[in-house]
Amino acid sequence: MSPLEISTGEAVLFWVLAPLMVAGALSLLFAKRPVHIAVSMAGVMIGLAIMYIMLEAPFLGVAQIVVYTGAVMMLFLFVIMLAGVDSSESLVETIKGQRWIAVVGMLGLLVLVIAVVTRATLPPAVGLAEANADTNPVGVARLIFGDYIFAFELTAALLITAAVGALVLSHRRRLSPKIGQKELAEAKLAAYGKGGSAEGVTPPAGPGVYARHNSADMPALDAAGIPIDSSVVTVLRVRGQEAEAADLDSDRVARIATGEPMVPEIAPATETTKENEE
Amino acid sequence: MSLVNYLVLSGILFSIGSIAVLTRRNAIVAFMGVELMLNAANLTLVTFGRLHGDLHGQVIAFFVMVVAAAEVVIGLAIIVSIFRTRGSASIDDANLLKS
Repeated sequence: MSPLEISTGEAVLFWVLAPLMVAGALSLLFAKRPVHIAVSMAGVMIGLAIMYIMLEAPFLGVAQIVVYTGAVMMLFLFVIMLAGVDSSESLVETIKGQRWIAVVGMLGLLVLVIAVVTRATLPPAVGLAEANADTNPVGVARLIFGDYIFAFELTAALLITAAVGALVLSHRRRLSPKIGQKELAEAKLAAYGKGGSAEGVTPPAGPGVYARHNSADMPALDAAGIPIDSSVVTVLRVRGQEAEAADLDSDRVARIATGEPMVPEIAPATETTKENEE
Repeated sequence: MSLVNYLVLSGILFSIGSIAVLTRRNAIVAFMGVELMLNAANLTLVTFGRLHGDLHGQVIAFFVMVVAAAEVVIGLAIIVSIFRTRGSASIDDANLLKS
């Protein structure tokens, strides 16, 4: 068996990919929003897939893209949208100093792994040219359906169990009768009839200050000039991206709040015409 | 360049994944750390497979991938059901056995 020679192209590709992958993985530690982390992790998975192909494992590279980038990371994105998109992380340490102990432990692990790998005496690299003689998927299939056939059959049992388990875990039994649109409207009207709030009966205020700022992050002002928080979309409020009316138009807001008329000089003539109309 | 570079990269990725599991409080992010550790192990398997001129490493990496996919499905279902009952995806809030 002739020893493996690694081409310059592979080395260049490695040195381009590796920093990108490490940077993407570091987002796990430093990025704040789970969505950013999930997308950069998908990037790391693509980098790994390219590395598998570089390492003469094209079947595994394609499987990596299909399974990890396509299925797993997108499942993560689904769950983030379902559960954690607005979850801010608490910075309180439940175990004192846990973060620093973890950092020290990680550095120790890193040094240990790198030292072992670099100082170990490895045999000369062989390469897979011989094993991949009938193309890589054929070689892998010979092993999977030969030596590993029992493990492969067990995999089928594992996958069906996982699918059923996910269905059972995410199934929610209905404890109360289903409340549809009709029932909800009737309940709201009944509550309003008994002197409850008009919320849900009258349409809610939309965002924006009429004729001034109608962007979605600007809360509407009520008759007293007080911003109505519920007029801004929940996501913007949770993220703290809601604008303050006072930021953009402070003197106008102050004037509304004091009850000063917005059009100070009203000609008497227009007032009389208004009276006439009435 | 030798194949050792791949092993070093895999060690770096594994360490980053492990510290993410240890320090991040969001259950979903911690879970992504587990995924990164699994992938780093896969990279090692494939690299050693090439080093020894043997396809067994790739086959084992393939099985790791299958098991990881099943594990992700179950883990995320657990996170979703905890989020439904407790209203939070933080791993510090899941103290039902303590209280």
